[in-house]
Amino acid sequence: MVPTPHATLASLLARHAGRAHELLPLLHALQDTEGYVDPAHVPAIAAALNLSRAEVHGVITFYHHFRSAPPPSTVVQVCRAEACRSRDGEALVAHVQARTGAHIDGDACHGVGVESVYCLGQCALSPAVTINGELHARVSPARFDVLLADAVASKEGRHD
Amino acid sequence: MTETAKSFRIYIPRDSAALALGADRVAAAVAAEATRRGVAIDIVRNGSRGLFWLEPLVEVATPAGRVGYSNVRPSQVAALFDGGWPACAAKDAERDVSHENPDGSWDAAMPACVGRVEAIPYLVRQQRLTFARVGVTDPLDPADYEAHGGLAGLRACLALDAEAACQTVLDSGLRGRGGAAFPAGIKWRTVSRAQSVQKYVVCNADEGDSGTFADRLIMESDPFVLIEGMMIAALSVGASEGIVYVRSEYPHAIAALEAAMAVARREGWLGPDVLGSGRACELRVAKAAGAYICGEETALLESLEGKRGVVRAKPPIPALSGLFGQPTLINNVITLASVPFIFAHGAQTYREYGMGRSQGTLPVQLAGNIRRGGLVELAFGVTLRTLLDDFGGGTASGRPAKAIQVGGPLGAYLPEAQWDVPMDYEAYAALGAVVGHGGVVVHDDTADMAGLASYAMEFCALESCGKCTPCRIGSTRGVEVIERIRRGDTSARQVKLLHDLCDTMVSGSLCAMGGMTPFPVRSALEHFPADFGLPDGAGCAEAA
Repeated sequence: MVPTPHATLASLLARHAGRAHELLPLLHALQDTEGYVDPAHVPAIAAALNLSRAEVHGVITFYHHFRSAPPPSTVVQVCRAEACRSRDGEALVAHVQARTGAHIDGDACHGVGVESVYCLGQCALSPAVTINGELHARVSPARFDVLLADAVASKEGRHD
Repeated sequence: MTETAKSFRIYIPRDSAALALGADRVAAAVAAEATRRGVAIDIVRNGSRGLFWLEPLVEVATPAGRVGYSNVRPSQVAALFDGGWPACAAKDAERDVSHENPDGSWDAAMPACVGRVEAIPYLVRQQRLTFARVGVTDPLDPADYEAHGGLAGLRACLALDAEAACQTVLDSGLRGRGGAAFPAGIKWRTVSRAQSVQKYVVCNADEGDSGTFADRLIMESDPFVLIEGMMIAALSVGASEGIVYVRSEYPHAIAALEAAMAVARREGWLGPDVLGSGRACELRVAKAAGAYICGEETALLESLEGKRGVVRAKPPIPALSGLFGQPTLINNVITLASVPFIFAHGAQTYREYGMGRSQGTLPVQLAGNIRRGGLVELAFGVTLRTLLDDFGGGTASGRPAKAIQVGGPLGAYLPEAQWDVPMDYEAYAALGAVVGHGGVVVHDDTADMAGLASYAMEFCALESCGKCTPCRIGSTRGVEVIERIRRGDTSARQVKLLHDLCDTMVSGSLCAMGGMTPFPVRSALEHFPADFGLPDGAGCAEAA
C-alpha cells in the first residue's frame, strides 16, 4: 500500500522527534517521498524537532536541493561550472532552453523544467546533464534531443 | 554447456562516468548476448580506471592480463561476439596499445581493442598509491580488497598506540588534500590529545569544485579504502563515530559507500569490535543538500548539526570544538584514503614521493577541454605541460590551449608561460595560484576570460553563506565592475576598483569562499587583459 503523504510525515516526525540535528535527513526523506517539501508542513516539523518555524524555513531555503513546490514531470539539470563551460556548456544551455521552451531556473514548459547545477563530477567528459536524475556525459545538442525524447517517453509509459 | 566449459570473466565499470556513457546498458547487452550464444561469462562490475575517454571500457581477463575494449556501445555487442569475442581477447592482448580512439569515436562500427589495459601508457606512467585498486577490484568484494593489499594499514595501526599512529601521519609528510594543505599529522595529534568522552571523525566528501572527481572516483570505485582510512583515523584520535558528508549531486557515491559500509560491518572491519581488537567505531553517511559552501569545514559541521551551512569563526578550531562542540577530525576523502598506504608501507615510503614540502602523491584530475581526460595520480612535481600534452593529448577541440584553471573555481587561471612550474604547494603559492584539490580544467583559445572572471564572482554571489560582508556584497559588486569593464569602461579607475575589491575580499572574508574568489578574477585580468578590452599590462594591480 502506498502511504498517504500525511502518514509519511507523521512517521518521519515520530522518527526524528526532539532531534533538531536530524532536520536534513528528515527533509531529504520527505522530499524523496513527495517530490518536494510542502511549506504547509513547516509548523509540524518545527514543533516536532523543537525548532522555530523560521529555523526550518531558513534551512529549506538555504539549500539548493530542497524544493518548496512539486517538480515538473521532467526535470533537466545542466551543469554550468567551468569544466562544462570549456566544452560549450553554455551553448548547450541555450539549446536546451530553445528545445524545451523552458527558461533555465524559471518556469517549466509542457511539463519540462530546466535547472542549473554546479558540477556533477563528470568534468573529464563535459558537458554533463541529468534528466530525471539520470546522468549523461559528453552531451551534444543532438544527443540531448534523443535523451530527452527517451526520458519523456519512458515517463509517459511508452517503452517502445 | 558442460561444467568444464571455460567461463570468461568480463569487467564492466559501474562508476558514474561509465554509467553516464551507458555502461549499464552495455552490461545488459553483454549478458543477454552471452546467454543467447551459450557462452559462459562472469560479469564483474568494477570501478572505472579513471581513463574516462575510453569509457565504457570493457575488459576480458586472459592469461596475459586484462584486455580492454573501449567506447563500447550496446548496439556493438553482437558484432563483438560475431568476431569471436570474448575468446579472441587472449590473442588481442598484445595489440598496439598506443592505438587510441579519437574523441567521439563511439559512433565507430566496432569498439577499439586497446590491448592489455595495464600497458596503456596513461596508466603505466602514473604512480598509483592511493588509487592502486581503483578499476582493478570489485568495489564491494571484501576478499578482492584484501587480496589486493587491503586492511594491511588498519592492522598495522592496531599495533600502535595513538601517539605513535599520529606520529606516523606526521612523518609521512601528508598534507590535507582537500585544498588547504594543512599537515594532517598535526591535526590528528591535536584531536588525539584533546580531552573528551566523545570525539568524531568527519570525512569531507562535499566535492563541489568544478574539475574535481577524485573523491567521487574513490567512493565509487574503492570505497573500502576510505572506510579503512576512516577507521585508522578514528582509532588514532580516539573517535567512536565517523561520518562521511557526501554531496547530494553524487547519488552513486552515496549508494556505493552505504553498500560498502554494510559489507564492512558484516566483515567486522567496523562496528563494536574492529578486526577483533575490542575497539569500537561506527560509520555512517550524511547526505548534503546542494550548497557549495558546505565544503568549508565549519559550514559542513553546521550542516551536520541540522542547520544552514553558515561558516563559523575560528577559533575555536574544529579539532578542539567541532561537531556538537566536541573534538572533531575533519579530513578530505583523498587525505583519509591516502592513510592506509602510509600505515601499510611506512611513512618513509610515502615520503619518498614528491618534492620540497609537498610529499607523497597528488591525484590530478584532468578535465575540461582535454582529449584524454581522467585521473592521473603522480608524485608532486609534475608540470601542467606534461599533463596537458603527454597525458591529455592536447585539447579535445584540437585548438590551442589558452588558460588552465588549477584548484577548482577559486583557483587561478594559469597562462602558458606558467605551465612549466612543477606542481607543488609552495611553488604554486609563489605564482599566486593554488594546487587545491588537484583539479585541472583546460580552456582552449575560444575561452572568454573576462566572461569566466565574471562567472567566478557570480558563483561566489550565488553560493556565499552570507555571514560576512566582503563575500556576500563584494561578489555582487565584483560582477558589476567586471561587467562595466566588459561593456567598454576600461578606464584605470575601474581596474583599480576591481583590484581594491579583490583586496578587500582576500583580506576581509571569513573563509576561502570570499577569500579566494579573487584568484581566478585577478589571474584572468592580469594574464588576459585583451579579453577585458584592456591593453597589455593594464590588468596588473600595479598598472591600475
